[in-house]
Amino acid sequence: MATSPSTYKVDDPEYKLTPEMQTKIDELVSKFPEKNSALMPALYIIQDEFGWIPPAAISQLAEILDTTPNKIYSVVTFYTMYNEKPVGKYHIQVCRNVSCSLMGAKHIVDHLSEKLNIQPGETTEDKKYTLSLVECLGACGSAPVMMINDTYYENLTVKKVDNILESLQ
Amino acid sequence: MSDLKILLNFERNGKSHTLESYKQRSGYKTVEAAFKKYSPADIVEEVKKSGIRGRGGAGFPAGLKWSFLPKDSDKPVYLICNGDEGEPGTFKDRVILEENPHMLIEGIILSSYAINAKHAYIYIRGEYGYALRQTQQAVDEAYKAGYLGEKLPGTGYQCDITVHKGAGAYVVGDETGLMNSIEGKKGQTRNKPPFPAVEGLYGCPTIINNVETLASVPYIVENGGEVYGKIGTEKSTGTKLLSVSGHVRKPGVYEVIMGDSFMDFLKNQCGGILDGKKLKAVIPGGSSTPVLRPEDCEKMTIDYESITAAGSSLGSGAVIVIAEGTCMIKLLEVLAHFYHHESCGQCTPCREGTGWLLKIIKRIEEGGGKMEDIDTLTSITKHIAFHTICPLGDAACGPIDSFVEKFREEFVEHIEKGGCPYNGKFTRLQKRI
Ligand SMILES: Cc1cc2nc3c(=O)[nH]c(=O)nc-3n(C[C@H](O)[C@H](O)[C@H](O)COP(=O)(O)O)c2cc1C
Ligand code: SF4
Ligand code: FES
Repeated sequence: MATSPSTYKVDDPEYKLTPEMQTKIDELVSKFPEKNSALMPALYIIQDEFGWIPPAAISQLAEILDTTPNKIYSVVTFYTMYNEKPVGKYHIQVCRNVSCSLMGAKHIVDHLSEKLNIQPGETTEDKKYTLSLVECLGACGSAPVMMINDTYYENLTVKKVDNILESLQ
Repeated sequence: MSDLKILLNFERNGKSHTLESYKQRSGYKTVEAAFKKYSPADIVEEVKKSGIRGRGGAGFPAGLKWSFLPKDSDKPVYLICNGDEGEPGTFKDRVILEENPHMLIEGIILSSYAINAKHAYIYIRGEYGYALRQTQQAVDEAYKAGYLGEKLPGTGYQCDITVHKGAGAYVVGDETGLMNSIEGKKGQTRNKPPFPAVEGLYGCPTIINNVETLASVPYIVENGGEVYGKIGTEKSTGTKLLSVSGHVRKPGVYEVIMGDSFMDFLKNQCGGILDGKKLKAVIPGGSSTPVLRPEDCEKMTIDYESITAAGSSLGSGAVIVIAEGTCMIKLLEVLAHFYHHESCGQCTPCREGTGWLLKIIKRIEEGGGKMEDIDTLTSITKHIAFHTICPLGDAACGPIDSFVEKFREEFVEHIEKGGCPYNGKFTRLQKRI
């Protein structure tokens, strides 16, 4: 498995777009006045399938949308929600912004860090968990808050975090 | 204090997002009547009369903005609903998107009719998975019921809505950044002019409004602009959603009448400060608005004029409450980190300046600060503010300048002591109602 960007292959067969993905992307293209508008939703289709945005998929997408891989890279790297490298099965994103900080986000991060034995930005060796710090998630009234994959977990306490981790086993 | 609810006119029973529930609250009645009764220009006129100001942060009068559209363009007009909600402390649009999306859709139909847009985009931040699903479901329902699509009942009028999912970037909340994002580009902001009303999405005339602004339109059209204009104060009409967070006992989203007393609201509706502590500071309108001390808030009412007179701004209506015992320097470090992280890098003053600000604040917090650092901070902000393409640069400066002005003694204390009097931590308060 590739681990550093320099070893990613742009023609990796593991990341060939499936016919279903192609159909979905074609449908998207037809919905917008300009082809390029399908780019962001198409990237989500790719991420939903592979868990990240592999270079091989970018090359194929560039052909479909009549653009260059470089232009797509600049979009992928601009937005925080596209994963430029593989993440763990559970991507834990803890809010580090104002209201969450006031309500103890640091304790939650430290606890997760200790429990999973990784620092923010890292993935556990078994590829199960990635821990990230993110900006305001728009759930400040129920701070502290974290997101695991698509799901929000709010009003966190250390005990609650333990229970959540257990439920993911 | 009246308890009129325009936007939160529903029970939180898990069904409020459905077409059925919305129709029980006389939903879509306005749309059906309006097309028979009003011309597009009439609706613009009602919205003007209502005096409603944009709820996304800048407070620009909505009706006036709509009237900037060129009259003689043969290009299509677009309407964009801004649901990026990235301003830290803000989570009020989320309630509409999740629990009352049909009111927003009705508002979009009426507004599209008014400005002659046939296609509207609802841009929702990517993290809001649930809001995206709830809103998309409501859009699908509205298509099925014939409110959206080729023909609206009895009018021959067309209105399509596409829900667009963002992907995480605060600057995309800016109107031109958002347009680039829908076009599948990096969400960097554009130079103005041209203004979006003339040259916006796909180079066409575009109107962009916040979720809360557009969701208020059905009430305005149904009751008339004059009725809406009588709610609130003279210059701040209507109701306002406030998202309250931080050290309060009952955080959450509240709908208040403009002009209500801030301190009464904090005490009575939000239950006061956690653990019975004293109030230390309030950030009244989202992270970009200047911080206030309790004495600034004493006579403040919740409206544009009063909060501006108190030295800050109503912004997006995100009230962040800070109790005694909180380190203001540590808090400012969190904010400075945010703006540095979100700077899109196009303008040197913002890209470099936000990094310097963060470095200096960190140094002060960690005990290595010098007295001259305080003035260096405010001299850097002078070089950023109003020297950049978009207002993110200005937004980064508001907190810095106001923290230095209102809490200078805390900077001095950190520097004299050679470290943080609060041990570099946020004191934790727990007791909620
Ligand atoms: C950096 C930045 C972020 C912004 N974020 C948002 C946002 O998340 N939601 C929003 O409605 N407006 C946001 N705005 C303001 C928009 O540019 C625009 O003024 C607003 O959507 C207009 O709608 P309104 O007139 O109804 O308020 C942001 C502006 C800037 C400069
Ligand atoms: S002010 Fe900052 S965020 Fe705005 S365009 Fe300039 S660099 Fe980008
Ligand atoms: S500050 Fe954490 S969700 Fe807003």
